[in-house]
Amino acid sequence: MDITVNILLTIATAATPLLIAAIGELVVERSGVLNLGVEGMMIMGAVGGFGAGYLTGSPWIGLLAAIIVGALFSLLFAVMTLSLATNQVATGLSLTLLGLGLSGMIGTSFVGQPGVRLPNLDIPGISSIPIVGKLIFGQDPVFYISIALTAAVMWFLFRTRTGLTLRSIGDSHTSAHALGIKVIRYRYLAVIFGGASAGLAGGHLSLVYTPQWVENMSAGRGWIALALVVFASWRPWRVLAGAYIFGAVWIGQLHAQAFGIPVPSQFLSSLPYLATIVVLVLISRNKRLTMMNTPASLGQPFVPDR
Amino acid sequence: MGGTVSANHDRANLLEVRGLTKVFGTLTACDHVDLNIAKGEIHALLGENGAGKSTLVKMLFGSLEPNSGEIFWDGKLVKITSPGVAKKLGIGMVFQHFSLFEALTAAENIALSLNDGSPISTIAAKARALSFSYGLPLDPDSLVGDLSVGERQRIEIIRCLLQTPQLIILDEPTSVLTPQEADKLFETLERLRSEGKSILYISHRLEEVKRICDRATVLRHGKVVGHCNPREETAASLARMMVGSEVKAVVRAPAEGIETAPALLEIRGLNRKPATPFAIPLKNINLTVRAGEVIGIAGVAGNGQGEFFESVSGEVLQQDAGSVRIRGKDAGGLSITGRRLMGAAFVPEERLGHGAAPRMKLSENLLLSRHATDGKAFVGSGGTVKNGAVYSAAQRIIKAMDVRKSAPDPEAAALSGGNLQKFIVGRELDRRPSVMIVNQPTWGVDAGAAAHIRQALIELARSGSAVLVISQDLDELFELSDAIAVMHNGELSTPLPIAEATFEKVGLLMGGAEPGHAEHSLEVA
Repeated sequence: MDITVNILLTIATAATPLLIAAIGELVVERSGVLNLGVEGMMIMGAVGGFGAGYLTGSPWIGLLAAIIVGALFSLLFAVMTLSLATNQVATGLSLTLLGLGLSGMIGTSFVGQPGVRLPNLDIPGISSIPIVGKLIFGQDPVFYISIALTAAVMWFLFRTRTGLTLRSIGDSHTSAHALGIKVIRYRYLAVIFGGASAGLAGGHLSLVYTPQWVENMSAGRGWIALALVVFASWRPWRVLAGAYIFGAVWIGQLHAQAFGIPVPSQFLSSLPYLATIVVLVLISRNKRLTMMNTPASLGQPFVPDR
Repeated sequence: MGGTVSANHDRANLLEVRGLTKVFGTLTACDHVDLNIAKGEIHALLGENGAGKSTLVKMLFGSLEPNSGEIFWDGKLVKITSPGVAKKLGIGMVFQHFSLFEALTAAENIALSLNDGSPISTIAAKARALSFSYGLPLDPDSLVGDLSVGERQRIEIIRCLLQTPQLIILDEPTSVLTPQEADKLFETLERLRSEGKSILYISHRLEEVKRICDRATVLRHGKVVGHCNPREETAASLARMMVGSEVKAVVRAPAEGIETAPALLEIRGLNRKPATPFAIPLKNINLTVRAGEVIGIAGVAGNGQGEFFESVSGEVLQQDAGSVRIRGKDAGGLSITGRRLMGAAFVPEERLGHGAAPRMKLSENLLLSRHATDGKAFVGSGGTVKNGAVYSAAQRIIKAMDVRKSAPDPEAAALSGGNLQKFIVGRELDRRPSVMIVNQPTWGVDAGAAAHIRQALIELARSGSAVLVISQDLDELFELSDAIAVMHNGELSTPLPIAEATFEKVGLLMGGAEPGHAEHSLEVA
């Protein structure tokens, strides 16, 4: 029984950074901006979070720093693509490359240092209830943030006027501009939200998942988050499902490898990617719904004529 | 000028524009434009494409910033720096190219332009009530992507009315409506006028302007060339003011012996599934175009004309090779080049990016579409291009079609829309094709050039070719067709011979009335 609970807990820990980064990117893409710099913002969040935690001794300050670093780093992307109307794909790729290099440089002195870890939630009496206590009341704080964030984004996008405006900009920025909506301002805020989320996801890696600094420790999670958004056809609950399927298969194949199942390990390592794509493709079979949810102006620079 | 400006002297001006100027690079789109709109009048803004109408209107609505000039609203000097400011003043706009969001519902689209925080359901109820009171019924929960162009325009109008504007700007509102829908719109406009609202009405349809407008301001090349009372003018005199010279009328000699002429283009049971959720499926289309005749296809935009053109031109191949036959041979499985080699020629609706590669020279664009059909003339041994031959052929077309340009062989994008269209049509005519299929031959083309293109198409048919013209412009179809078929919701009616066709009959078919049931009036659903 304990093994099952532990496996479920590790699945949640593996899925949490993917979910947070993907939800952030979902908001960005819903506004019509494609930011391929998620990996870069995530690793900057990780190094910033670790550094602040290590220097102050407070994991909470570390987490806050991760968010701020991610947001500031995304601001660079926002200025380039929104104010200067550069190509979003090229700028996003550069952001990732820059983030990976810069974080390695900043982090040289952190390598091998003991980090600080955010403590798990512990409510006396309740968190020790078998199974449920640990799963629902005994996880790390970022797990709860990730679930709350997903719910909040769903509510924001589909229940508020501001969310409707954001989606309309993603559908057609020229129409939105003609109505007098401040396209660029909305997109700035969306990109910064995406950056803060990616930073938070990075902070989770270096303050919860493996509380230490290792170069390239994001290990492609930013790319997986990007893929999740597309395969989930820009719908928050599907992103949640995708992140958890990925986490589950990931942990499952690690255990399978440990047991020495006679299947090539390369195949097992590829399973999480395959399974996630298959499942998400299956749930987004409805072409019409997918079409309705795809931000039609995604990736197009917007230059208002004055 | 002057003299004819009557009836409105006593009324206060709602909007006064003085010396408004907008310069784009070397082009002065609006040159010291003056415009007065009185309270409770329908004011027409006339002019050819490129005369500066849209630029002027965009400045009034705050989406473009004027270089100089003043705007007075209710006698007070105002600066309209954004559409938000315009809306606050009380200016509402119904756009020519709709500013709607396809993936959202009608109610959500309306909510986006209202700045109050009321819930969507309240807005939907208001919109529904208002739409019925004006006789423009609207289902607020429908998805815009699913609606016809006419229905989309209703959303635009209702959205505009919900903001209770004092001045409503309508940019070419009837170009996408059936004649019956247009009548409904005119009733709405007259009711608005009786409520004391002012309307700025932009159109190139002179009969409409004569019918509903109280005054008109005419623009030519960015300058105001006159004010008049359209009711005291004739369509011809208005056209002369717009163009600056007489427009030659198109002459259509009667077609003879067409019944026995060979069928050059045959479409038999053409079906096509929608490629995207918002596309129109084609349902069992049958049509024959014989040597010597021009067949017109009318229809409100977005009823499958684009899909039909793609299928017939070979941009999309057919499963059943016999569903498109050119000169008696199956062509359904052939690509565009294959169909061209059988003697067909095609002019797509979209000029830049579809009909021509924008950044390439005219001669290069000529080669792109005719390298296969004129292989011997344009391509030498080993696949090298005979630049001289291509260049001189391009010059021949430019001369034949009177294409006006700034350089001997300019890039396609450097030409104005009308001149590029003349070149693209001329490029195909120059081949003397036996089957010519044109989608929107004169869309956005000025009156003089349009007459030239239409005349050329008629002459091609009379010299023994089959010509099929798809157009939203009913006047154009009546001018050049021997018979008119109507496309509605992916279905094509049997062609009405031009002698039997009337605006009313065709209009009813455009609105979806069954052939043979045309006498029932169009029920407003």
